[in-house]
Amino acid sequence: MILSRTAKWTLGAVFALVMLFIYVPLLVVVVNSFNVSLTFQWPPPGFTMEWWARAIDNVGVREALLTSVGVALIATTIALVLGTLTAVALTQYAFFGRQSISLLIILPIALPGIVTGVALNTMFTSWLGGLTYLTLVVAHATFCIVVIFNNASARLRRLGGNFVEASMDLGATRTTTFWRVTFPNMRSALVAGAVLAFGLSFDEIIVTTFTAGPGIQTLPLWIFNNLFRPQQAPIVNVVAAALILVSILPLYLAQRLSDDQTGDR
Amino acid sequence: MPREEPLSDAIAVQLRGVSKTFGRGDDTVAAVRDVDLDVLDGEFLTLLGPSGSGKTTVLRMIAGFELPTAGTVELAGRDVTDVPPFDRDVNTVFQDYALFPHMTVQQNVEYGLKVKRVPKADRQARAAEALAQVQLAGYANRRPHQLSGGQRQRVALARALVNRPKVLLLDEPLGALDLKLREQMQVELKHIQRLVGITFIFVTHDQEEALTMSDRIAVFDSGRIEQVGTPEEVYEKPGTEFVAGFVGTSNLLRDAAAESVVGRPGIVSIRPEKIRLAEAAAAPGDGEHGVAGTVREVIYLGTGTRFVVDLDVGGSLVVLQQNLHDRGLHPRSEQPVTLLWRTSDEYDLSRSE
Repeated sequence: MILSRTAKWTLGAVFALVMLFIYVPLLVVVVNSFNVSLTFQWPPPGFTMEWWARAIDNVGVREALLTSVGVALIATTIALVLGTLTAVALTQYAFFGRQSISLLIILPIALPGIVTGVALNTMFTSWLGGLTYLTLVVAHATFCIVVIFNNASARLRRLGGNFVEASMDLGATRTTTFWRVTFPNMRSALVAGAVLAFGLSFDEIIVTTFTAGPGIQTLPLWIFNNLFRPQQAPIVNVVAAALILVSILPLYLAQRLSDDQTGDR
Repeated sequence: MPREEPLSDAIAVQLRGVSKTFGRGDDTVAAVRDVDLDVLDGEFLTLLGPSGSGKTTVLRMIAGFELPTAGTVELAGRDVTDVPPFDRDVNTVFQDYALFPHMTVQQNVEYGLKVKRVPKADRQARAAEALAQVQLAGYANRRPHQLSGGQRQRVALARALVNRPKVLLLDEPLGALDLKLREQMQVELKHIQRLVGITFIFVTHDQEEALTMSDRIAVFDSGRIEQVGTPEEVYEKPGTEFVAGFVGTSNLLRDAAAESVVGRPGIVSIRPEKIRLAEAAAAPGDGEHGVAGTVREVIYLGTGTRFVVDLDVGGSLVVLQQNLHDRGLHPRSEQPVTLLWRTSDEYDLSRSE
């Protein structure tokens, strides 16, 4: 499409404004993590590595980080198994209620986190004996499944059902067909889904608040709890800055892997 | 249907009362209705019909991808009606080839042997032999996306043939190729079939392809088999009006027109190339019938010319004339003519029903 000169400039300016609005605050967080001033004076009177050193030495931060990574890893693993199986079932077999199941799987990501959180909290505390590390993992798995399922089904739909038929025609059972044909062709989609799921779980706070057992603190929970303590503010900034940098990598990887066309490798 | 020279008495595939209905409740579609078919050992049988006529569904039921709603499928005397595809001694060449994109050509061809745990050395030798058979010896390490359509087609063929199945099923395998390549593959497929001696069941909607390649043709319409016969039988003695129209050009005299020209009512089929064009006043000779008409259209086809002639008694006939040096009368549009043909070239469709 050809745009007029005015349209080009107007759209360009709007785009630049939106980008500034999104990324300047993030940049400020990163810069402030090196700001000498405890009250984040602007412009910074000087720069220091002290907050970074203190953050690394902070036991609370380290434990929260380990908890977050652990929860995200387990939740992603559960989601990988369940999400993949569901995607295969829903794309390769026709059965009663197929559409409804697909909707039910995707729903958790559309529901407000607070609703999911409250609902799970009620179930865990009143029926299943209270909140633990495991309840947190299960809660995270509910929305991790969605991204894995979505990625896996999109790939399977693009592959079509013919490969499965061709494989079975050549003498392979359903199981052999899955491991030799279906799985290798959806591997990159699963990796991309897993990276996204890990990221979702890692920075989730609302559902986490309602489902984490007593004394269990993920990194976002730690940030939230320390946000309004003035002496912790510089460390919070460091953690936030670190998270920004760490989040970019998986996102970039996930995008690269989703674009990857199985047929063209 | 009697055959002039049976290839063998053994029956490779036998369908009895096979029906397939898709959908539930009020929304059902009968794709195949009560089909009986015997496919002989070693023959090249074509399932010919327009799209939606049920020919592909029949193929898929033989392969084991669809379960018949009624009836039985037998392979070499064994009832396989509800046996899964991996336990049947048949292999399929898919319309879109369905080559595995993450495997090389060699791995694709070896796949069937590998899942059946054929030892590696044996497997490689047989794959190499199959690739040589389809003239792709140097392509073992390519990936499917590095091949042209015709080459993919050959890999799909090699991947199926390497398993030495009882029956090879081909689902419109030439549909995606351009005309030149298609004609070349027709000859080659036929050659390979004679070489390996495997029963081929070939699905196509292209009547010319069916006539060129087949030992026998089963013509499908609306889920039913209209006629089974050799290409010559199907073309020269079409069993039904549908067959007469679908295989070749529909060239029929019916009812009043038939009565006034051949002397009895009914439906008479005359193939376009059997009709001779003559001057308006010409009278039919001994053993000939003739009818007067006016040329409506003249279509130049290269090797021949097609005339559409409106008959004075109603209806129209198509005449195909070879573009020879001494081709006789070559009328222009709107010129009155007489059409002449031998009575032995008439085929009475109403009689065969």
